[in-house]
Amino acid sequence: MTSRELARQLRLRFGSVLADPVEFRDEITLTLTDSERVGEVCTHAKRTLKFDFLLDITGVDNYGEDPRWTVVYELYSLTHRCHLRLKTNVSEEKSELPSVTKVWATANWHEREIYDLMGLQFRWHPDLRRIIMWEGYPYHPLRKDFPLAGKPTELPDIAFTRPAPLEGGPFVTTPGGKDAIEREPRARTPQT
Amino acid sequence: MPEVREIEVRDTAAQAAAALSSAPADAEGADLPGEKMVLNMGPSHPSTHGVLRIVLELDGEVITRAEPDVGYLHRGDEKIAENMTYTQFIPYTDRLDYLAPLANNVAYALAVEKLLGIDRQLTPRCQYVRVICCELARISSHLLGVGCFAMDVGALTVFLYTFTEREKIYNLCESLTGARFTTSYTRIGGLARDLPPGWTDQCRRFLHEVVVNIGEVEQLLTRNRIWVDRTRDVGIIPKQVAIEYALTGPNLRGSGVDYDVRKAHPYLVYDRLKFDVPLGSVGDSYDRYLVRMEEMRQSVRIVHQCLDQLPGGPVNIPDGKVVLPPKDKVLTGMEELIHQFILVTQGVNAPPGEIYFGAENPKGELGFYINSRGGGTPYRLKIRAPSFVNLSILSHLLPGHLMSDTVAILGSLDFVMGECDR
Repeated sequence: MTSRELARQLRLRFGSVLADPVEFRDEITLTLTDSERVGEVCTHAKRTLKFDFLLDITGVDNYGEDPRWTVVYELYSLTHRCHLRLKTNVSEEKSELPSVTKVWATANWHEREIYDLMGLQFRWHPDLRRIIMWEGYPYHPLRKDFPLAGKPTELPDIAFTRPAPLEGGPFVTTPGGKDAIEREPRARTPQT
Repeated sequence: MPEVREIEVRDTAAQAAAALSSAPADAEGADLPGEKMVLNMGPSHPSTHGVLRIVLELDGEVITRAEPDVGYLHRGDEKIAENMTYTQFIPYTDRLDYLAPLANNVAYALAVEKLLGIDRQLTPRCQYVRVICCELARISSHLLGVGCFAMDVGALTVFLYTFTEREKIYNLCESLTGARFTTSYTRIGGLARDLPPGWTDQCRRFLHEVVVNIGEVEQLLTRNRIWVDRTRDVGIIPKQVAIEYALTGPNLRGSGVDYDVRKAHPYLVYDRLKFDVPLGSVGDSYDRYLVRMEEMRQSVRIVHQCLDQLPGGPVNIPDGKVVLPPKDKVLTGMEELIHQFILVTQGVNAPPGEIYFGAENPKGELGFYINSRGGGTPYRLKIRAPSFVNLSILSHLLPGHLMSDTVAILGSLDFVMGECDR
């Protein structure tokens, strides 16, 4: 069966909450209008339509738009050998949706990653902790309003608030010196 | 100010005596539930191949709980990608799976080309050269994977044998791309440069040498009593569990699931090449080792066919809006100058839309999800790192095994933290 056919079958069952399929570069994307029903739709996709392989879950931050979050599920069926993308939107006030760890065990780490880097909550997730950043880190760095260079924090000894350790070190070129002897670290006599 | 605390050190002999005296008399001889011990493994441990940390809870020598802790090598690649053009991100893909940078370059270039809709217009020569790159990367990565796996369980010699061959691949990479490690060889719509003269002969010579080496490694390991004892029936991943955790690559095929992106959804010219996909039957560490050994042989077979069929012609598609024009034309032609300027300052103009492209990398399926809103930078670029997904099975797989099996299991999963943590 093709992705198009499987998408049609999924829409037959959940027609009221699944928007029209979008096709781009031979891939089918279905948008789920009610994020609360993601577990139900995924269970059906896995059990009945044999989407037994969850490739990936991605969070997208549509900063400045409403709803702010999009969560993208990349489904794959080893039986039918085809791919289907399922998307759902979550508003900023809510920032929460049901977990699909019960459907695919692999969703566990993907959801932890989205929680960590984007700050979305997954209800009924068995172990929702930070995974990439460290415990106690105060921000969600993949949000669009988080600057690329990072942010200082008020929490000492938890996040990096000081300059990188190399700055001013013995092998670092000093800017602004009037000649090479002043700029070049190798020409400098080491201070004792 | 970090707080300084006194650590209470108890006398072990006294502790044991106290435990004995407090034990009820009728339970004598029975296996008492011992006190669980928590052991921290990593992030700097030779068998964790980088910076993986696992917190293990042990009952004697048996693992009762395992909690992998990743993220020590996080560099924010996805955040970085949102802030630069598609071409500028190519060097960052070298640093994902840094044991197979050529394969990452190819996977990323194909993902962007899929977004641009030019993946079918690639020149034949470019496609063949890219396949050669992917397969050389696979041989290199598996050589390291098997070598380190063997070293971790005590067979140090194998490591020295495989590294001799890997050195030759690095030499090939050097004459091909100018760099041994961080290759950055692909460009959107083509390659950084064509094959240097005489490279195909060097490559053929290497292929003849590497099969000898693979045979030697096989002789050292496959029927080695110690090796078989350490790996057989250790870390069994049944078919259903492998699918449930979405393992990919040799780890999935070691469990007997017939899924290889090169066969299921052939990209480049894989549909024109003859190769077999080896499958395991039990799904233990030994099967994963056997799959990797056979995959190397198949890769050699693929590269031989590519070198035989290698067509001539250009390596870049003739589209000035995607590929940089030749330098001499830039300095003389108006149109080329404009193209050069636009491509360097703004990047390729991608249409709005979203794609997912997965390529069969040595470690598994490396996928790129690109969400574009038009223009030269991705709005969101997600890297589906095979090592990240493969490692998520650890907390399910390790409990019940002996502490010493951890090393064998980690070696057989063959992960790279650069890719896992991104």
